[in-house]
Amino acid sequence: MPRLSAETRHAITFTLNGRKVTAEAEPRMLLTDFLRHVIGATGTHVGCEHGVCGACTIQIDGQPARACLALAVQVQGAEVRTVEGLAPTGTSAGEGGLRLSVLQEAFRRNHALQCGFCTAGILMSLDAFLREHRDPGEAELREFLSGHLCRCTGYVPIVAAALEAAGALREGGADV
Amino acid sequence: MPATPQTWVGRSIARVEDAALLTGRGQFIDDLGVPPGTLHAAILRSPHAHAAIRRIETARAKAAPGVSAILTGADVERLTSSLPVGVRAPIKCWPIAVDRVRYVGEPVAVVVASDRYRAEDALDLIEVDYELLPVVVDPRAALDANSPRLHEGLGSNIASERQFRYGDPEAAFAGAAHRIGIDVTYPRNSCTPLETYGVVASYDPGEDSYDILSSFQGPFSIHSVIARALKVTGNRLRMRTPPNSGGSFGVKQGVFPYIVLIGVASRVAGRPVKWIEDRLEHLTASVSATNRATHLEAAIDAQGRVLALAWDQVEDVGAHIRAPEPATLYRMHGNLTGAYDIRHVSVRNRVVVTNKTPTGLNRGFGGPQVYYALERLMQRVARRLGLDPVDVIRRNLVPADRFPYRTATGALLDSGDYQTALDIALSEGSLADLEERRSTARKAGRRYGIGFTAVIEPSVSNMGYITTALPPEERRKAGPKNGAQATATISLDPLGAVTAHVSSVPQGQGHRTVLAQVIADELGLKPADIVVATEMDTAKDAWSIASGNYSSRFAAAVCGAGQIAAQRLRRRLAAIAATQLNVRAEDIELADGKARSRSNPGNAIAFGRLAATSHWAPGTLPSEEATAIRETAFWTPPELTAPTEADEINSSLCHGFIFDMCGVEIDEVTGAVRIDKYVTMHDCGRVLHPGMVAGQITGGFAHAVGAALYEEYAYGEDGSFLTGTFADYLAPTAMEVPSPVILHMETPSPFTPLGAKGVGEGNCMSTPVCLANAVADALDIDDIDLPLTPAKIIAAIGEAEPAAPRQTGGANAAAGAAGAGRALHGSGSAHVHAPVQAVWSALLDAKVLASIIPGCHGLEQVSPTHFRADVTLGVGPVKGLYRAEVKLSDLVEHRSARLEGRAIGALGAAHGEGLIRLTAGADGGTLIAYEYDAQIGGKAASIGGRLLDGAARIVIRQFFEALSRRVGGAQRPIWRAWLEQILKALGVRP
Amino acid sequence: MKPPRFDYVRAESRAEAIQVLAAEGADARVIAGGQTLIPMLSMRLARPKVLVDIMGLAELGRIEHRDGTLHVGSAVRQSALLALPDLARVQPLLAQALPWVGHAQTRNRGTVCGSIAHADPSAELPLVLIALEGEVHLARRWRQRKVRAQDFLVGMMSTARADDELITGVTFPQARPGQGFAFREFGRRHGDFALTACAAVADAASIRLAIGGVADRPVARTWGNLTGSALEDALNELAHALDARDDLHASARMRRDLVRKLGAQTIAEARRCRD
Repeated sequence: MPRLSAETRHAITFTLNGRKVTAEAEPRMLLTDFLRHVIGATGTHVGCEHGVCGACTIQIDGQPARACLALAVQVQGAEVRTVEGLAPTGTSAGEGGLRLSVLQEAFRRNHALQCGFCTAGILMSLDAFLREHRDPGEAELREFLSGHLCRCTGYVPIVAAALEAAGALREGGADV
Repeated sequence: MPATPQTWVGRSIARVEDAALLTGRGQFIDDLGVPPGTLHAAILRSPHAHAAIRRIETARAKAAPGVSAILTGADVERLTSSLPVGVRAPIKCWPIAVDRVRYVGEPVAVVVASDRYRAEDALDLIEVDYELLPVVVDPRAALDANSPRLHEGLGSNIASERQFRYGDPEAAFAGAAHRIGIDVTYPRNSCTPLETYGVVASYDPGEDSYDILSSFQGPFSIHSVIARALKVTGNRLRMRTPPNSGGSFGVKQGVFPYIVLIGVASRVAGRPVKWIEDRLEHLTASVSATNRATHLEAAIDAQGRVLALAWDQVEDVGAHIRAPEPATLYRMHGNLTGAYDIRHVSVRNRVVVTNKTPTGLNRGFGGPQVYYALERLMQRVARRLGLDPVDVIRRNLVPADRFPYRTATGALLDSGDYQTALDIALSEGSLADLEERRSTARKAGRRYGIGFTAVIEPSVSNMGYITTALPPEERRKAGPKNGAQATATISLDPLGAVTAHVSSVPQGQGHRTVLAQVIADELGLKPADIVVATEMDTAKDAWSIASGNYSSRFAAAVCGAGQIAAQRLRRRLAAIAATQLNVRAEDIELADGKARSRSNPGNAIAFGRLAATSHWAPGTLPSEEATAIRETAFWTPPELTAPTEADEINSSLCHGFIFDMCGVEIDEVTGAVRIDKYVTMHDCGRVLHPGMVAGQITGGFAHAVGAALYEEYAYGEDGSFLTGTFADYLAPTAMEVPSPVILHMETPSPFTPLGAKGVGEGNCMSTPVCLANAVADALDIDDIDLPLTPAKIIAAIGEAEPAAPRQTGGANAAAGAAGAGRALHGSGSAHVHAPVQAVWSALLDAKVLASIIPGCHGLEQVSPTHFRADVTLGVGPVKGLYRAEVKLSDLVEHRSARLEGRAIGALGAAHGEGLIRLTAGADGGTLIAYEYDAQIGGKAASIGGRLLDGAARIVIRQFFEALSRRVGGAQRPIWRAWLEQILKALGVRP
Repeated sequence: MKPPRFDYVRAESRAEAIQVLAAEGADARVIAGGQTLIPMLSMRLARPKVLVDIMGLAELGRIEHRDGTLHVGSAVRQSALLALPDLARVQPLLAQALPWVGHAQTRNRGTVCGSIAHADPSAELPLVLIALEGEVHLARRWRQRKVRAQDFLVGMMSTARADDELITGVTFPQARPGQGFAFREFGRRHGDFALTACAAVADAASIRLAIGGVADRPVARTWGNLTGSALEDALNELAHALDARDDLHASARMRRDLVRKLGAQTIAEARRCRD
């Protein structure tokens, strides 16, 4: 039975945005700190470290989850997806080398972000949600979004962006 | 709604900021790398609201793994000067407690270690010996000369008092048909940005200089404050900000004491030190809006015209008068008459200190407090006089033909047409629809109300308004303070590309996008051609004391400075182009990426080529003055003058107008307020980017909904802080914030270059009171304070409660009233199978006590009735180690005893007293009856308040169960003890 | 806000997990979804020496229909139970209550048994377990036992689990014909701890009402088929018996009101569903 000692760092291997990653952490290290400060994926933000604000939401095995409510050692073998993996890979010349997903583009068009600190978490939640809910109503979306705090936008443009993205995905049949 | 179709300004273009933020490439302070060897700080904070520090024991912490240095108040006092205090009194203000703590969460020690985890490990090892002092929490109580004093040097808890008189208020009151007053208590709240504070400080002993990166937002007048505190000249304090900031809403002004503290930590540790505030620290000890107790009276004529106002404001700034306080109280001084034409005003302003966290900037800054009183009063005028509330508002608005209008207290209202705005709101926002909804709901027996508010939203603060807190003679001594310097720099590089820098420190407001629009319009380019940088570096950038992001100054002031710099460059480029195209400079226009002759558009030169000229061919320039490489513009509005001898102050440059109306419905079962419809009408002058203006309005509205219905930094009577997590400090989610109906009209400001006014703070001023007016209408009540919690609403509905049926039992303990703190009271009883004498001697026996006090290890008997122990207390997985003292007194042998206990540990501090009574039972046993009173403070109260009562009862029950077992013998069936013996013998734990 | 040091054991069998608990007792904590435990660790409210992670144990990750009950293993996440096809038919009370447990993002990690193990007096799942008279399955070396919900939840965050016992699962009785179920909750915001939550089960002869968020654990009453003023009196008796407290978010009076009014609404709804 493997017992990981508190005093030392242990190798953790998992998949991050489609790539296999191995890095070391003490058992007590939070997944947020592991992703941000050990692996250098700083797109996931830390807002409260007690699971309420939703800023650190990522996808673990395809499901949105709070990275601050997980230990690094718990993602051994898991598929983790963060905001860095959201945009389609490859580039297009028109956008100066940047392509955005349908959802990201809808956020930009609707001014659904201001400071952008909560945005990564909201995107990761909505990305999973829109894959399973092709035609969400506003009430359903708002209930789902209630797992996130945004202090800048008042949520109005976020809801609008999510509805717009849902519409675009239905029409285009594209991936989120 | 573009101002003119051909300009970029006025269009909702996509933000340049977004691509990075949407893809996880933002550069927030905690995303940036730090120099190798950087250490990490964690801060030990006071669990007490008021206590003398007798001793701080740091030896064990210093020896902990990874620890480099530990700072206490003594180190900071030795290496820095006190932060300046906003009043003239011989008192000090340090960024860490020196000898005394005055609020829960005040820093007491800083651990610097190799990483944050180890720094926090070491915090657990620091022991602080506190001597508790009495507290004062309520601002009205702090007025009492006998209230517990926070700063001896003040002579009382009143830090500042001033009285003002404008016009002839006494005569107006004497001659008025009605005199109507209101008392309101405005709570503490905070916009709580999702990113907390951060500081990375580095001290260079060779140059005696500090280089400090922080999430500070300005105003950079604070740079002087920090430099003085760190005892260096301004040029030896290099303050920098990261490219992105995760929201501020004023709150990140409050990081500045930590800039001093972490700066000193870096000096002591000899290495760069990084500190990222955590959410518990932020909620407990960053800053909040001031709470304020206001009495406001109005003199009213028979038609409902307000003739005069008499303000009496008691401002609670918390434990220290920290810069820039008492600015919250004076920011609105020129606007104390709101949107109304009221010529006579008296004001009494008192600033008090209390055992709460010091206050600071927060969206709306002073506006919510003022308008809550003024607009509640306007509704009360309508109620009392039987008038239509909209008529009362309309009758008193400043007339449209009076602009610019000088208010009684000195503000110069720049422009507006409030009556037209009101009319548009009533028709387009459809008051008729609201009235219909109310009437339908009421017919169905539901509680529905409508609220109205009219406010003016000041923006671009006068840097001199705060001196209104000083009497004129002191202002004369100090020299005049005024203005609001804004600055912008535009550079042309050798390939003709345009870069701009502004010292505006945005936190998500899209400054880079809007400036690119403004500059593009002046230079005939596209916004995408212009790169704007907004991070600050005081060592290299153009800045002044007003630099930063506050008082909604960006659109009105900073964009104006950007436009002026661009215009200057345009004129020079036109002069250069004129020589190259052989036309007069007046004939040159910059458009479509070219400079061209207006009369012969074919005669043109590409912008890039023209803009590169000053680098590559300065010899061809028409004159030396025509050099077009870099232009820095400073702009300050002449209207922002210092306070007059009569204390009139034009506290802000611009004044937008807002008229709000809303309908709310109250759920009678739950007391919940549902916002049915909300209409907000704005005139914020020229709109530079409609999408961003909408975002500022919906964002401010969400903060206001929070302030109105959910959010409060709550304190107990003992000064304990009760809302230390986001599970108790309730920021509204998408479920709680509806979409408001937003209406606009545009009356450009004549005082700003672009005609724009601020727009980001208005709903924080108008919306809380509009919702309260609606709730008051729904419940048909006179008084209600924020936040409008279900408990308050249920109490206001005032329905009689069905009586308790006979004796239900069990309900023999009660905590204090909501918000009254963690005062726990309770009583209970236990039956013990032992005679009274046995129970009595057990209570006085150290060995027995050691075995029955829950989690006790190492009991030491100081005297026959005084014990000291280390105890591990808790319920379920929650466990904390405490140092406890227990004293027995009032001993009446075999009858009763008083038990007093005190405990302090990493989870906080507890103090309790209990009376134990013993009665012999008929069966030879003893009935033990007990009553207790306990107060729990510190971390446990801040983060676990919801669970404390139950936890305390469990611990107390454990004590009596153990006593019962100890003196009463085994309660378990004999077979079980026997079985356990056998299992034990087999090596299995029982 | 960083957790204190602890060892971490990724248990590979149920026996291994039990072995660690037997050896370390109260110094060990089982971690399943971690949605309650990890913030407690970050706030340093809990300081276990070792965490035993049971999420890799397939034997604890099953939802099974057993003898008219729904058995939920202790590694079953809340979202997995909510996604169970037919949950609304098998046990409508769970289907109604689960969406109130935290938020979708925490339900994806949090386990059904973890919520019950923490015995938060405001939590929905312990309330449902009490309302349905479910059982908690515990295992230690040599012995397994089943504990009735009302015996398991002994107080504020306190349960009948011994330090060396592992919760292996809980069983919820399945809905029987003629039963109606309803769940209502009021919190300050959506997803907040319940100020008062009500779960009702009605059949032809009786009604059972469980109340969470008021006393220091969920409390249930079973009555005959009361109506009118008899029901009002019963609800009022319950409201007063629960020893409601004032706190930051609600007054005791308000909580008693909610027991009476929300309780009545919940019972009425359960009866409608029964018909």
